[in-house]
Formats: sequence, structure tokens, C-alpha cells
Amino acid sequence: MERKTKLTAGDGQQDLLITREFDLPLELLFKAYAEPEIVAQWMGTKVLKLENKNHGGWKFETSDAKGNVLFRANGAIHAFVPNQKIIRTFEMEHTPFGVQLEVLEFIQLTEDSSKLLMHVVYESVEKRDKMLQLPFAQGINMAHNRLQEFVSNQKNNNV
Amino acid sequence: MNLRRDVFQAIADPTRRAILLLVASQSMTAGAIAANFDTARPTVSKHLQILTECQLLEQTQTGREIYYFINAKKMKAVADFIEPFRNLWDDRFNKLERIMKTYKTKK
Repeated sequence: MERKTKLTAGDGQQDLLITREFDLPLELLFKAYAEPEIVAQWMGTKVLKLENKNHGGWKFETSDAKGNVLFRANGAIHAFVPNQKIIRTFEMEHTPFGVQLEVLEFIQLTEDSSKLLMHVVYESVEKRDKMLQLPFAQGINMAHNRLQEFVSNQKNNNV
Repeated sequence: MNLRRDVFQAIADPTRRAILLLVASQSMTAGAIAANFDTARPTVSKHLQILTECQLLEQTQTGREIYYFINAKKMKAVADFIEPFRNLWDDRFNKLERIMKTYKTKK
């Protein structure tokens, strides 16, 4: 399958641009952002609050299989224009990444295709770069945790 | 270009990431590395070969033993690179597209 998600992150800048074309009518693409149950499905998170209106707010929470909370994020919805635009803030709780401003634009391409532009502005260049490296670091951490689990299992077996 | 892809293929494998973590703390022989894994020794050797080929690991000979150590410069180039971040969003958006296509059919 062709990779359609593009990421532009200029060196030494504190923002990034994510663009993606979808084989979906504009209304369906926007619905995926507007309906809490659908957001929960593709973001893989629990949607505790999603007030889709100007000056609304949102709150997500992700737990592991055992019910431990892994991740909590929240923000304010500054503007909500159906099938056109969402402007919101995003903050991961208890992390050093700060608050980011997200401007999402939904564009119709044809009757059956649409495009999303997501412009994200961070508090500083450093915070943006840390966030960009997070998925890589998590991959390493997961390997590390498995390694630690393996090592402690070995120890238990020896006892 | 090819080399870069190789690096990401190299770190895509959990065993190879675990090897990089092990060796990150101290240089180790192939035997010492293999002792940390359930996998057969030749499998670990193959992983070491791949990591060495894409220059994430380097070798140094001390007496009869060959020690593996991390090529910090290369690791930094990988860590700085934003491909995993793009992948994260690509996965999410692929999922979104799949869900909404079913949604469309249901309607």
C-alpha cells in the first residue's frame, strides 16, 4: 500500500506539518474527528470528554490490558467548524513536552477523497524535537522492559 | 538511501533493539550477548552481523576475543530521525480510513 502520510519538520523550527490524503468523502473524514466512539477506535484511547464546539474541551485516557493508566491527555477546543476546521490545544499530562497548538484543516479533493492538514506548533524547538523522538525512544524502552522482564524471570527460575 | 532503510529494518526487530541496549552499557563478546537470550547462538550471530553491517555496532579485537560496541554517532543519527513519528501517524490514519470505510458500507 502506498504511504500517504507526509511529515514536514524543518530543522531548528518549533512546528511541524502532517498531511494525509484519504479515500474518504470529506464528511466521513470529519466524522472520524467529531464522534467520540470513532475517535476512541482509531486513536486507541478512551475518550472521557469531547466537546466539539468553540471554547470546548477534551480529555483522553489510555490504559493497558491490566487497567493501569498509561497516558492522559487534555486540551481546549478553540474553534470547531464542521467539515472545515478544528483548532485545539494538546497536552500530555505529567510529561515535559508542554502544550501544543494544533490547527486541523479538512479539505475536499473529490467526492470520494479528502485531505487533512495538521499544523502543530510547540512551545520551543527543543520540545518539538523531544516529541518527534518519542516513538523511537518508546520502541527502545519496550525492548528494555521486555529485557528486564526476561532477566527477572530468569532470576525467579533460579531461586 | 538504502543504507538508511537498512538501519530502520535493523532496529525494527525487538531482539536487535535489546542487543543494542545491552551493548550500550558496555562492550561485550558475542557469547556474552547470546547468554542473555533464549534464541540459538547462530540467530544471535545473524543479528550481530546485521547490526554491524549497518554500522550500529562496531567490533574491536582484544586478544582472541572480539568485542562489540555501539557506534554512538550512527545511533544518534537514527534517534534524531523522525521516521518512527511519521509511522505512528500513518498507522493511526490507516486505521481511521479502514474504520470509516466500514462505516460507509454499513450506512
